[in-house]
Amino acid sequence: MEILLKGLRLFNPEQNMDINSDILIKDGIIEKIGNVDLSNHSGIKVFDFSSKVCVPGLYDMHVHLREPGGEDKETVISGSNSAAAGGYTGVACMPNTNPAIDSAEVVKFITDRAKDHLVDVNPIGAVTKGRKGDALAPMLELYDAGAVGFSDDGTAVKTASLLRNALEYAKMIDSPIIEHCEDESLAGGSMNESSISTELGLPSIPTVAEDLIVMRGILLAEYTGGKIHIAHISSKRSVELVREAKSRGIDVTAEAAPHHFTLTDECVRAFDTNYKMNPPLRQQKDVDAIIEGLQDGTIDCIASDHAPHSIEDKELEYIYAPNGIIGLETQLSLTLTELYHKGKLTLGQVVEKLAINPRKILNLEIPQILEGEIANFTILDLDIEFKYDIKSSKSRSKNSPFHGRELKGKSIAVINNSQIYVDGQFQNI
Amino acid sequence: MSLSSNHLLGLKDVPKEDIQLILDTATTFREVLERPIKKVPTLQGKTIVNLFYENSTRTRLSFELAQKRLSADTINFSKSGSSAAKGESFKDTVRNIEAMKVDMIVCRHESAGIPKYLTQISNAKIINAGDGRHEHPTQGLLDMYSIREKVGRLAGLNVCIVGDIGHSRVALSNIYGLQTMGANVSVCGPSTMIPWGMEDFGVKIYNNIDKAMAENDVLNVLRIQLERDAGVLIPSVREYHTYFGITQERIQKNNPNILILHPGPINRGVEISSEVADGSSQIILNQVTNGVAIRMAVLYLLGTKSEE
Repeated sequence: MEILLKGLRLFNPEQNMDINSDILIKDGIIEKIGNVDLSNHSGIKVFDFSSKVCVPGLYDMHVHLREPGGEDKETVISGSNSAAAGGYTGVACMPNTNPAIDSAEVVKFITDRAKDHLVDVNPIGAVTKGRKGDALAPMLELYDAGAVGFSDDGTAVKTASLLRNALEYAKMIDSPIIEHCEDESLAGGSMNESSISTELGLPSIPTVAEDLIVMRGILLAEYTGGKIHIAHISSKRSVELVREAKSRGIDVTAEAAPHHFTLTDECVRAFDTNYKMNPPLRQQKDVDAIIEGLQDGTIDCIASDHAPHSIEDKELEYIYAPNGIIGLETQLSLTLTELYHKGKLTLGQVVEKLAINPRKILNLEIPQILEGEIANFTILDLDIEFKYDIKSSKSRSKNSPFHGRELKGKSIAVINNSQIYVDGQFQNI
Repeated sequence: MSLSSNHLLGLKDVPKEDIQLILDTATTFREVLERPIKKVPTLQGKTIVNLFYENSTRTRLSFELAQKRLSADTINFSKSGSSAAKGESFKDTVRNIEAMKVDMIVCRHESAGIPKYLTQISNAKIINAGDGRHEHPTQGLLDMYSIREKVGRLAGLNVCIVGDIGHSRVALSNIYGLQTMGANVSVCGPSTMIPWGMEDFGVKIYNNIDKAMAENDVLNVLRIQLERDAGVLIPSVREYHTYFGITQERIQKNNPNILILHPGPINRGVEISSEVADGSSQIILNQVTNGVAIRMAVLYLLGTKSEE
């Protein structure tokens, strides 16, 4: 089957590519870039994407798909649908499922669920068995089954000695250890520690709880020569620590979530549990530091920490409500609205943060816009303005603080695995 | 005269006129409490629910008594812990109670923000009886009432709140209310008990109790939570008493005229010596009586206020 995408701007910083051209795709493979004479192609389906931008398919390296164990909140399929709707052709899913992704069977269960989908789903294995922090999970076996990285996300790896051994062990497969940076003894609050938490009377989490574990990870990565990836970095001090570590050549990378560069702990005044996440919303100085870190490359990529929760769970009292918000369908638009359109990041940087760097961190192949390559693209409308409506979400959960927010720029189609998602529908191509 | 709000969620941003009105109204009810028949028909036909999601004896008794004195119909609902763990969500519980046509809800909850949430899911008038470490406005009001009763004014007084400020809902309500009424408010305690950003609240911070006593007219002494604090925030209750306990000796040395308040329950020999507790028993017990009068005033003013 053949399809023709017309009028595109093809943009890929990894190839130094920025040209206007049509693309002919045959059986999911890029057949031709350039002008196509339609008379030789009967039955071809033509999509008019005039003035739209074609970039490598976006990849989110930090999502929670909840399956197995939390299918009322999300499944591999509903989460993948949400990813496609948000402009993503690939996601890496965290192992805090039930059971945890700590055996080859669970890795295979997830990849099997996802196998016919447009969106590539790459499981992240647990660092320790059951994420309990007692003993290492079978990392080589997990890797062979398809795991692309390791994390005990939800908590930090329990002890420095386990983290040290995980970093050493993962060197054999060149995989990163992805750390949720939070010192357990300082954790346990419902919001960032500041005069606002004092005013609101909510138990708080200080930024130093994050900074300590960031520092631990950096020092152990330096000592072992392993790869550490800092998940959802949120504090100014942590950004400084990563910047300094990178300047010394330590193998550290970092991601930031959109809510950490768009919202502050002022939002918690509403006592709306859609503002409760971990790490918590910090202060304006932290938001500024995250944006600076994204600009100068200290923070390699943007990842949503998409964390679906049911309405009944999120409607609990603030101190009891679970942490997290969904983000797959707002992440790209928030990045474009707050960073690209405000001149904080170039389009090239946006594509690096959203498509290229996460795949580099996880040693995944980066989609190329070249003849003979698999068609794996996201088609962007950079200038479309709209108001985000949570009712449009493809996720099973609706826990987003961005309902009603004015946004500029979004994905209008994604293509991968011989499928296109456009106008809210998947079609085989 | 009526209050500017339909609810009493906290003392932050409550205007001076409202606080003045509540304190003056409480004076009237305080007289009622001295009569042989301590009951007025003011809230006859009004239904009030006491929704207590956290253990509380005195606050609940005080509210309940105030409601009975005003001839309201009252229902008590007590639960503790997470609503999820008990099978029915907080929202569903409230909706059910709401369906029984209640006029006011008095709520105590260990999660901050619940009274505010109640105003969003219920049409009843809401009174916060303590939420998390956030606010406990009627306690703040009764402390102010007790000080005013004893000293005759609030403006210009130096009032120091002593103890675990970070875990206290009483502290913030006192700070907001007293500042609105023109008092100079300070806090005193070991540095681990002074919460983050306290200086942003316009209060002076003391770590030395002798200095705090010498420079203040009133001490509001908070209860030390023995089981929670010792070993975490302070090395031991013994050390706390040695360095921060209010003793007769300290009063004599620093400020013999100082007024001591305590919201109760008292840990004798910890935050306050028995001698001082007994010496100040008149005002400390007065606080309890005043608590009923303040709650009557709040219930009356909100209960008879027509919705705009």
